[in-house]
Amino acid sequence: MRIALFVTCLNDTFAPSAGRATVEVLERLGHEVVFPEEQTCCGQMHANTGYADLAAPLARRFARVFGGFDAVVSPSASCVAMVRGQYPGLVGETVPNVYELSELLVDVLGVEDVGATFAHRVTYHPTCHGLRGLGLGDAPLRLLRNVREIELVELPEAETCCGFGGTFAVKNADTSAAMLTDKLRCVLDTGADVCTAGDSSCLLHIGGGLRRQRAGVRTLHLAEILASTG
Amino acid sequence: MSFPDAARVELDKAQQRRNLRKATTTIRAKRAAVVAEVPDWEPLRDEGARVKDEALHDLATHLERLEVAVTAAGGTVHWARDAAEANALVARLTRAAGSDEIIKVKSMATDEIGLNAALAAEGITAHETDLAELIVALAGDRPSHILVPAIHRNRAEIRDLFEAELGETGLSTDPAALTAAARRHLRERFLRVKVGVSGANFAVAETGTVCVVESEGNGRMCTTLPDTLITVMGIEKVIPRHADLATMLTLLPRSSTGERMNPYTSLWTGVTPGDGPRDFHLILLDNGRTATLADPVGRDALRCIRCSACLNSCPVYERAGGHAYGNTYPGPIGAILAPQLAELRDHTALPWASSLCGACYEVCPVKIDIPTILVHLRSRVVREQGAPPSERLAMEAMARVFASRRRYEAAQRGARLAGLAAHLPGPLRTWSGVREPPQAPRRTFRDWWRSR
Ligand code: SF4
Repeated sequence: MRIALFVTCLNDTFAPSAGRATVEVLERLGHEVVFPEEQTCCGQMHANTGYADLAAPLARRFARVFGGFDAVVSPSASCVAMVRGQYPGLVGETVPNVYELSELLVDVLGVEDVGATFAHRVTYHPTCHGLRGLGLGDAPLRLLRNVREIELVELPEAETCCGFGGTFAVKNADTSAAMLTDKLRCVLDTGADVCTAGDSSCLLHIGGGLRRQRAGVRTLHLAEILASTG
Repeated sequence: MSFPDAARVELDKAQQRRNLRKATTTIRAKRAAVVAEVPDWEPLRDEGARVKDEALHDLATHLERLEVAVTAAGGTVHWARDAAEANALVARLTRAAGSDEIIKVKSMATDEIGLNAALAAEGITAHETDLAELIVALAGDRPSHILVPAIHRNRAEIRDLFEAELGETGLSTDPAALTAAARRHLRERFLRVKVGVSGANFAVAETGTVCVVESEGNGRMCTTLPDTLITVMGIEKVIPRHADLATMLTLLPRSSTGERMNPYTSLWTGVTPGDGPRDFHLILLDNGRTATLADPVGRDALRCIRCSACLNSCPVYERAGGHAYGNTYPGPIGAILAPQLAELRDHTALPWASSLCGACYEVCPVKIDIPTILVHLRSRVVREQGAPPSERLAMEAMARVFASRRRYEAAQRGARLAGLAAHLPGPLRTWSGVREPPQAPRRTFRDWWRSR
């Protein structure tokens, strides 16, 4: 299958390894990945901060860049939720067919074992946009359970928001910090050395908190674990 | 104080944090268990939303039918445009009944209009009879939860309060002892006061039946013992048919207290000679509801049945508490209702008091898409009230960068994306308070893509 990658502006600039891993996983499974270089940002930050007027041209731009592809994949649940949830109001009928990575693998391609090996103790944080926005269910966990040598530990209070929320982390910094503290406590309680999720935005927030505390726990995008071969 | 400033103060209240965490965790689990018992919960939510929408989309007709039915059953219907009109009506009706005091069932509508204070200014004393409302009133405090108004207080505080205010001595902190003290205090008032005031959970247009749902039995006392009963209800509480109560009364208690059914459900239709109040007055309160109805996205907030499931599931509410919202309605519903019922300009921070995590929408029994309404209200604030100029400039600059591949790649190269973000109101500083700032790796994704 020929799949267009929407890497997202955040991954492109701050977490390129999540994009590389997405390409590696899909190519390993025999799919052709293309990267339309005209892509920039889906407009989520603008839309969710109240600037629908500035988000609309970005949404139209996105629809132009990705309109011709049968399937678009993105290693970001929140950007996929933006396209699926808010684009109909911004660009009308012509919303490109965008899938979050685990959704594409499990629901569309029917793959649960991507042939990965990752010998670490890992806990998975289901991000709000993946869990509730897209209804990913246990698709990411099914993929993780099939990774060789992984030791998967359940995250307590997993479904509670980490407190990122885009500009929420800035406009309500104190409440965001309180939410982050509780999330970090849960992550540390698992004794995992890796915390993973399907959204680099939440991972920058959680990982930034873990590093600030010198907690010795890494964050990795789900795609990076799925791309790992040992 | 705006939400972020108020939250900063509230977040440090350790007892309140612990109470909220414990209470919301418990009630979330109870709710989940009783909701799981209902095999058709999702269709039931759809039906709940449909019932409310049916009434809201033709509100005038339903209210007029309600008025006809209540009048035919011997009640009197009054229309109040705003808080002042409603308060004046209650004061006038109380005095006409020859009383200078009222007993009250817990009601959000009367909190919203500040009834107790307005009556006090007229020389009329309002006695709250719900245990938690009594605690809040005795302490001169404000409620912090729709259903559990004193959720921020602990038992020792309540014991001290009862000893100071109710003339009790030697009370223990045992809940049964505290409840018994409140009961002694209240019983005398139930028997003495001639005017009762309630809100309404539902009012049936078809029959004129008013419904109040509660747990303590104080509501049943207030709606049956006094000679005069005055009900203040928001006009969005009307539902079309009596049969719709079956849907709503399945949704409400399970969502609210996590019970299959609440202990007391009172239904009355006008007056019944020889049984209950001789005089029944229904005050239909607008107070911003008609204006809210004019917003095709925001109006869904009027479906709300005040169950408080969204508060209990909200990670922001759980930490910041109800007082941070600075408004009668706290939590996610407050964040979308307050800016609409009152003036948007007075509540410009509330639409941002959410991480948009969607937990509220998932539990709402009438399927109010709270995150979508929050985003919609953010746009309205930016459009109608104006954003801080520095934020607008940063947003416009970033939109320009994202509008062109050339500018975007230049920004990436010069790490200008991070630089631009620094122009948002103090974001990098705020971010770095508790987190290490993200580092942009030397090679972007597209650098790698081109090089392979
Ligand atoms: S918005 Fe929904 S969940 Fe929140 S109080 Fe109203 S009905 Fe309940």
